[in-house]
Order: sequence, then C-alpha cells, then structure tokens
Amino acid sequence: MNIGTQPSQGTLMRPENLTEPAPIRWLLIALAILFFGLFLLLPLAAVFVQALEKGWSVYLAALWEPDALAAIRLTLTVAAISVPLNLIFGIAASWAITKFDFPGKNLLITLIDLPFSVSPVISGLIYVLIFGLHGWLGPWLSAHGIKIIFAVPGIIIATVFVTFPFVARELIPLMDVQGRDEEEAAAVLGANGWQTFLRVTLPHIRWGILYGIIICNARAMGEFGAVSVVSGRIRGLTNTIPLYVEILYNEYHYAAAFAVASLLVLLALVTLVVKSLVGWRMKEQLHF
Amino acid sequence: MMFSITRKSVLPGFGLTFGYTVFYLSLIVLIPLSALIFRTAGMTGAEFIETVTSPRVMASYRVTFGSALIAASVNAVFGTLLAWVLVRYRFPGRHIIDALVDLPFALPTAVIGIALATVYSANGWIGSLLEPWGLKVAYTPAGIVIAMIIISLPFVVRTLQPVIEDIETETEEAAVCLGANRWQTFRYVLLPTLFPSILTGFALAFARSVGEYGSVIFIAGNMPMVSEITSLLIITKLEQFNYSGATAIASVMLAASFVLLLTINLLQRWSRRYID
Repeated sequence: MNIGTQPSQGTLMRPENLTEPAPIRWLLIALAILFFGLFLLLPLAAVFVQALEKGWSVYLAALWEPDALAAIRLTLTVAAISVPLNLIFGIAASWAITKFDFPGKNLLITLIDLPFSVSPVISGLIYVLIFGLHGWLGPWLSAHGIKIIFAVPGIIIATVFVTFPFVARELIPLMDVQGRDEEEAAAVLGANGWQTFLRVTLPHIRWGILYGIIICNARAMGEFGAVSVVSGRIRGLTNTIPLYVEILYNEYHYAAAFAVASLLVLLALVTLVVKSLVGWRMKEQLHF
Repeated sequence: MMFSITRKSVLPGFGLTFGYTVFYLSLIVLIPLSALIFRTAGMTGAEFIETVTSPRVMASYRVTFGSALIAASVNAVFGTLLAWVLVRYRFPGRHIIDALVDLPFALPTAVIGIALATVYSANGWIGSLLEPWGLKVAYTPAGIVIAMIIISLPFVVRTLQPVIEDIETETEEAAVCLGANRWQTFRYVLLPTLFPSILTGFALAFARSVGEYGSVIFIAGNMPMVSEITSLLIITKLEQFNYSGATAIASVMLAASFVLLLTINLLQRWSRRYID
C-alpha cells in the first residue's frame, strides 16, 4: 500500500521513460473515450432525447398518468420495505462476522454473496416454486386467500433477494479493518451491547451504512428480471417503474416509455453522485 | 451453546446477531434456492436430460454462453484499456468518466435495453450508420453481445483499477534499467502482473453476462434457435405453466453460475498472490 504518498501525484510526475510515448498515450485515451462514449454515453443521451422528442408537455403528461403514478408509488413502497430489512440484516451479519471468530466464517460470507451470482430470472423463479399456485405453499396460501405471487408481497420478497448482500458486503470489510479494540474497551468500561454499538461502532461505520443503503436502494428500485417473473404485470397494481417502462415500450408508446425511463436514469445519476461523495468520505474516515 | 464455538470475547451480541444472520439467510436465500434443487431432484433422469438438451434449449445455451464469451473478451481488452487510461493518464473529463463507469450497475437493465434497441435499430443513431454497410445489430445476436458488453464493463474496470494503482514504480524502473523498451516492459513485466486480474475481470463479466435478462431481451429480437437467451426461455416455459421445464433449465444455469463463482474465487486468490 502507498502510505504517505498520493498515488495520483506519483503517476502524474511519472518520468518519460516510465510511461508510453505521447502519441500512444493520446491514441489510447482517444480509444477509451470512443469506446466509453459509444457504449455508455450515447444510449444515455438517447433516453433523454427520446423522452423529450414530443416536448415537455407530453413528457410531464406521461409521468402524470395514473398508471405511472401507481408504478412510482409501488416502487417507492418496495424500496421502503426491502432496504431497511437488508440494512438490519447487514448490520447484524457484519457484527457477528467481524467482532467474533467462529468456524465456517468464510462459508457464511460466501453464502451471503450468493444472490449476486444467481441470475435475476432464477431469483424470481425460486419464489414461484414456493408461493406459486403449484408451489410448496401454493395450495395452503390459496385456501387461506393469501396472494404472494402476482401480487405486491412477491415483488417485495424477490427484491429483498436480489438486494440481499449489498449492505453486508459494504460493512464487513469496513468493520474488519476497524478491528475490535474500541468496542472491547467500551465493554470493559461497562457499556452494554447497545451502548457499544450506538456510541462506538456506529459513528465509524455511518458512511459505510449510507453507501450500502444507496446502492441497495438503486438496485431495489431498478430490478427488472426477478420482479418481472413474480409480478404478473397488473397495471396500476403490480407494475413497478421498470415493468411499466417495458409495457409502454412494447405497446409502442416510445415517448412515454422513455419519459418514465428518464426518471430511472436520474435516479441512477443521483446514486452515482452521492456514492462518489460518500465513498470519498469513507476513505477519509479510514485514514483516521 | 453458541458461545462455546467462539473464542472468548468480551463483546456481547454474538448469539443474537449470528442467530439472526443464519435465520434471515435461510429464510430469504437458502430455503428458496433449495426449492429449485428439490424440484429438479423430483424429476426422472431421462425427463431432465430430455428437457435440458432439447434443440431449442441447446441453441439458447449457444447464444447465451457464446455472446457472453465475446462480450467478456471485448471487455477484457477495452475494460483493461479504460482502467489503464483512467489510472495512468491525466486528461479533461477523467473524473466524470471514472464515476460514470459504474453507470451500468446503477442503471436499471430495462432502461439500458430500450435505450440500446433505439440507438442500434435501423433508424437509430448508430443503426442508421451501420445500415448502408449491411450491418444489423438490433434484433440480431450482435445486439445481445452489445448489451452484455455494457452491463459487464464495470466488472473488468473496477477489478483492474486498484491493481494498476498498486504496481510499484520500482518494477518498471528495474525493467528500464535492464534495457527494456516500453513495449518490452509492458509485455514482459506489466502484462504478467495484470494477467490474473484481467482473467478475474473476464470471469466476472462472463458470469454477469450469462445471467443477464433485462437489457438483452429488448435488443435481441428473441427468435427461437437464433437470438433467444436461456433466461428468456425459462420465463417462456413458466408462462406456459411448464414448471418442471423451467426448473430443469434454471438448475442447469444455477449450476453454471456456481462453477463460475468457484472459478472466480480461485482466480481472485491467484491474482492476490503478489499482494499479501
């Protein structure tokens, strides 16, 4: 690791014989920017151009549709439930994993990361196999009039699954680096568990928690594959914003589809800005 | 009791937090995933083999894994290039590009999908430029590759950036002192150092691309045997209420992602061999 020196400065003052000749440097930069622009910036710009193609009034009208508002409301509800659930889990898991030693710790970490490697469609499918009409609990649920698949609870559960590791994965490395000394000192001085966590641990990990919440939230609001398997796409009832975008697009309402999609792009951009700021604060905190 | 398996610690809360972690993990992840395995185990061997090797399913594996392979290879080259340029060179807009590399993580896949389909369709910004050359991207397998390149790009860039930052100046200085030119330094000193990480990034990008659904279906055209990805086939079976068909194919995909996960873990261990 570079301690005391700033890597950015060091590379800036790299002597001529330790870097590529200037023409090659500029060629590589041009190639990288071209690749980046072609594959990322152009599609991003297309969303806004298409959304505003028919003017602001059409744009705003598309967002003011009752179905659009219902989709926005559902997406906010789903995020408001799934993010806190995974936040509580993330804090509990990282406390157990970083403050104690126990056999099987690495296995536990691997299992927590598992939802990242399961494809979104399969993430939805597994809940259909449990709660669906032909699933394990299907007959019992339908006998009691409880609907999970093709209803809001299914959407929430599938979202919880795909966003499961986000907070834990941010907090585990952070709390691992910070060690246990301060908590142990607090405990020896007579603080109880909650006092130790709230007064000692929490101030150290608050930026990490915020970072985890932000990316967890972005994924929760934007998830498409898993949610589309369990949603049933009932307009005004089980359509989240991404599913509503799909319906509009497939019905050739392009301006409206891109108008609603632009909301998600704005969410993504805000997420990236906040993430960059918080990431910067986190690095700062690590150095103290 | 729980405490007996831990080393003595003065900190409280192990029973509560460990218990809750295991409970929640089982409830949300382990039990639902085991449902898939039990369902598959309930099928007869012949039935299973027939489902997962039928011509349409085999074609979907070829499309999915083939496109993912191309996309991951493209990113192994251009993702490495992008990481190199972002770490080593200074140019206007560098910080903005650096922050925007994460865009495919933050952007919902459906949005990427409709944006790509629009840009690459015959009358889109790029599609209309390619049309006179007889090149079609949208609604062909090429479109699938483009979508996969975009969604998996951050994996390669973010894997390589810290590794490039950590290369000691001394190694390059030593190469120069021994008379290597810049190309030789790159080829015989830098590339071997970066190679395990490039491979890790490649594997991460491949794994992500194989499971991708949202961005692909809008641009793929979804023609059976030609441009139908496996994830879509699972959904199609599900919509026909063919649960066992969907489950069988899903279990093949799940097995593939577990093998990839294992490979990635081994690769990551290999790529850290110089660091620790």
